[in-house]
Amino acid sequence: MASIEGGGDSGHKKGPGVKKAKKLSTRVDMTPMVDLGFLLITFFVFTATMSTPTTLDLNMPKDVDDDKKKTEVKQSGVLTLMLGKGNQVYYYEGQLEVGEGVNNFKQTTMKGVRQIIIDKKTEVIGRYNPATVDPKSCEDEKASAKKKGDPNWEDACKDMDFVVIIKPDEEATYRNTVDILDEMTINKVKRYAMVKLGKEEKELIKATEASEPK
Amino acid sequence: MPSIKIPRKSTDTDMTPFVDIAFLILSFFIMATKFKPPEPVEIKTPGSVLSQKMPESNAVLISIDSANKVYFTILSEKEPTKFDDVINEINEKQKLGLTPAQISNFRKTFMVGVPFTGLKQLLDIEGKEQINVKQPGIPVMDSTNNQLIWWIQASKNAFAGEKLVYLIKGDGNSKYPAFEAVIEALKKNEEFKYSLVTSLDDIPAGSALDLELKRLK
Repeated sequence: MASIEGGGDSGHKKGPGVKKAKKLSTRVDMTPMVDLGFLLITFFVFTATMSTPTTLDLNMPKDVDDDKKKTEVKQSGVLTLMLGKGNQVYYYEGQLEVGEGVNNFKQTTMKGVRQIIIDKKTEVIGRYNPATVDPKSCEDEKASAKKKGDPNWEDACKDMDFVVIIKPDEEATYRNTVDILDEMTINKVKRYAMVKLGKEEKELIKATEASEPK
Repeated sequence: MPSIKIPRKSTDTDMTPFVDIAFLILSFFIMATKFKPPEPVEIKTPGSVLSQKMPESNAVLISIDSANKVYFTILSEKEPTKFDDVINEINEKQKLGLTPAQISNFRKTFMVGVPFTGLKQLLDIEGKEQINVKQPGIPVMDSTNNQLIWWIQASKNAFAGEKLVYLIKGDGNSKYPAFEAVIEALKKNEEFKYSLVTSLDDIPAGSALDLELKRLK
């Protein structure tokens, strides 16, 4: 087994009458050491926590009661996502309209939501008309995009009207909440907010959940 | 006829390089291993694509477990006096009447998940033993008695003038109202920036973020 090469050859004759000294071998049996070594390796491999936790930043707005100080958003650029039970996502564009003949309350899943965000974003960007926008309002954004080396820095604020409103309901899990926030990062949605669910929306979700076969 | 001699080769291989490598790997793992601090509750965090590192000092960790119970932890390895500042303020404001022994035990307390009325009892238990105690969680759901507000206020005062990060570590299966209540408590203290603790996920290929990162490279 494992060994260190020891001692030279067991010598030449020293002449008659000279007793040969008994040479002890310097070979050490390293098997137990190797055993122990691998035992320790196994132990450390199993206990190692290689994945360091990371963090996702979340900024919340201050609660304001004054209507004048509230942020105004264009109705056409708003996408409201509501998180419900069992990874279901309900959404509508603009204002909620549920009544006779009109219904923009739709349903998707956590997996399908990305496409909806992308579609809405493309739609809002496509509607961008520089003539109607105050050019000063997006100078900062253009400058920061230019600084970052974005070749399309001129387009930096084309999505300025695009706002996603996230409304998790009581049954939504924390995982879904984080996933949807992550989705904002993945799709580079610059404006999004987490808002409490309205009464009407709550009832709609309840009604949809009740009508679904289990 | 001359017989062909097959030289007998020794099966004894020299294992020295093998052992060398083995011990090299061993020393790597010893150095790279960081033991998980003992946690009284297991929390499985959801994944996110962001790769900011979690701070280990100057932070307040608010944990939510899968049963929606809320726990409070102060992360301050370098300055243990911060623990005393926080517990002293809680003691004073809530008139708990903690003994000096209980106050010093707070340094060894990894997680607080009890209402103020149960704090005395919790701090009577030796720091290491607390892992075995089931804690009921800090009451947060009742907006008139959101006790987390006091804990945050106390730590805010203890870290006054320093950078303090608010970490929220929630279990993936916990429900949203608990998270909302935690945010509510932070908002009451005029704190609007938080970091959510997550594990690392891959960035989906072809997404806007993926394209931007590729361009930057």
